[in-house]
Amino acid sequence: MARIVGGITTSHIPAIGNAMTNNLEQTPYWKRFFDGYEPAKAWLDEVKPDVAIVVYNDHGLNFFLNQVPTFSLGCADEYHNADEGWGLKTLAGFEGDAQFSWHMAESLINQEFDIATCQEMLVDHGFIIPMALMWRHLSEWPVKGIPLAVNTVQHPIPSAKRCLALGKALRTAIESYPEDLKVVIFGTGGLSHQLQGERAGMINVEYDFQCMESVINDPEWLASQSTTEIIEQAGTEGVEVIHWLVMRGALQPNVNLVHKHYHVPVSNTGAGVLVLENSHD
Amino acid sequence: MVWKKHDYDAIPGTYVFNGETSHSSYPLNKLLFSFNSEENRQEFQADPAAYADKYGLSPEQKEALVNDDFLGMIRLGANIYYLAKLAVPRGFSVQDAGAAFQGITTDEFKANLEAQGEGLMEKLKEKGYWNG
Repeated sequence: MARIVGGITTSHIPAIGNAMTNNLEQTPYWKRFFDGYEPAKAWLDEVKPDVAIVVYNDHGLNFFLNQVPTFSLGCADEYHNADEGWGLKTLAGFEGDAQFSWHMAESLINQEFDIATCQEMLVDHGFIIPMALMWRHLSEWPVKGIPLAVNTVQHPIPSAKRCLALGKALRTAIESYPEDLKVVIFGTGGLSHQLQGERAGMINVEYDFQCMESVINDPEWLASQSTTEIIEQAGTEGVEVIHWLVMRGALQPNVNLVHKHYHVPVSNTGAGVLVLENSHD
Repeated sequence: MVWKKHDYDAIPGTYVFNGETSHSSYPLNKLLFSFNSEENRQEFQADPAAYADKYGLSPEQKEALVNDDFLGMIRLGANIYYLAKLAVPRGFSVQDAGAAFQGITTDEFKANLEAQGEGLMEKLKEKGYWNG
């Protein structure tokens, strides 16, 4: 049966992509941020997952405002990155696992999560930068990738509570798949930041720490907050932290904390990394 | 017919992109979305006003667009992620845009961001975070 080995949280901001493209990892601005990924990379090297499910939001590459699905799952054999107008280098695409995706889609819908299914899906920086952060040192991606996009671009967006519940349903979906796959889930985006309006540039370090501790030990705390409360505390773009709850919901209630890393500022954001491991049965 | 109000409307300096915004600014965001293509970016660069007309922008939206008036475009309904498709290829960073939103210099904006990192090491140590 498929098994969830654990979950990782990470930022996915474009500035990280540019820093990697331009080999800036060891410059003073970036060193501490990137060095904090080494334990996550070491953990992945040890557990060797077969599949990474990446929870992120599409920022206007695959989806325009003509169609905005609240939750959408890639159900294709492959996914490609493309020019999204932000000056980012286009990275190599990913092999998918259509059979596994369609199983998850069916299971989620049977559990009353009526997600959209996508057989062609361009993956933007929200998906590809986390992958590059973990595996750019290899010549080929060592995992299959499956995109799970959450709408955090156009309100109404799903509640934090709904995202945690989706994660729990995702666990049921994954663990009922008959193939022996090791699955890792990435919850991407955040932490606090606001890019727009006169409040642009706000960062809330204390709230970032609260979110990280909540995701480790008490996800219900973050899940109980309204979208407005999260916008107030984390900024309009900081609402991406709800992606973390999808990941967390898919893990066991009690997880082993392998690693926690926080840095601020990273471009306009606070940036948090968690490595959470399911205990072995 | 009315647009329903939301409790997030009261957050200062914040323009939550919702159905009302998205509906009213659809042509503007469609134009900005077109900048996923290099060909379209070049066409815009050659004649911004003509490009605005092609997408049916309102006079106010057109004026904000051709003047790189980022706050004006946000107030007129541009989505920030779509606005970045205009700003970044034209040489503006997210810090430049943030500074424009606040009416301060980019250096001041960056200094405010850097100030968020003050005392970070002590907090990380206290809370048990990785520190190399």
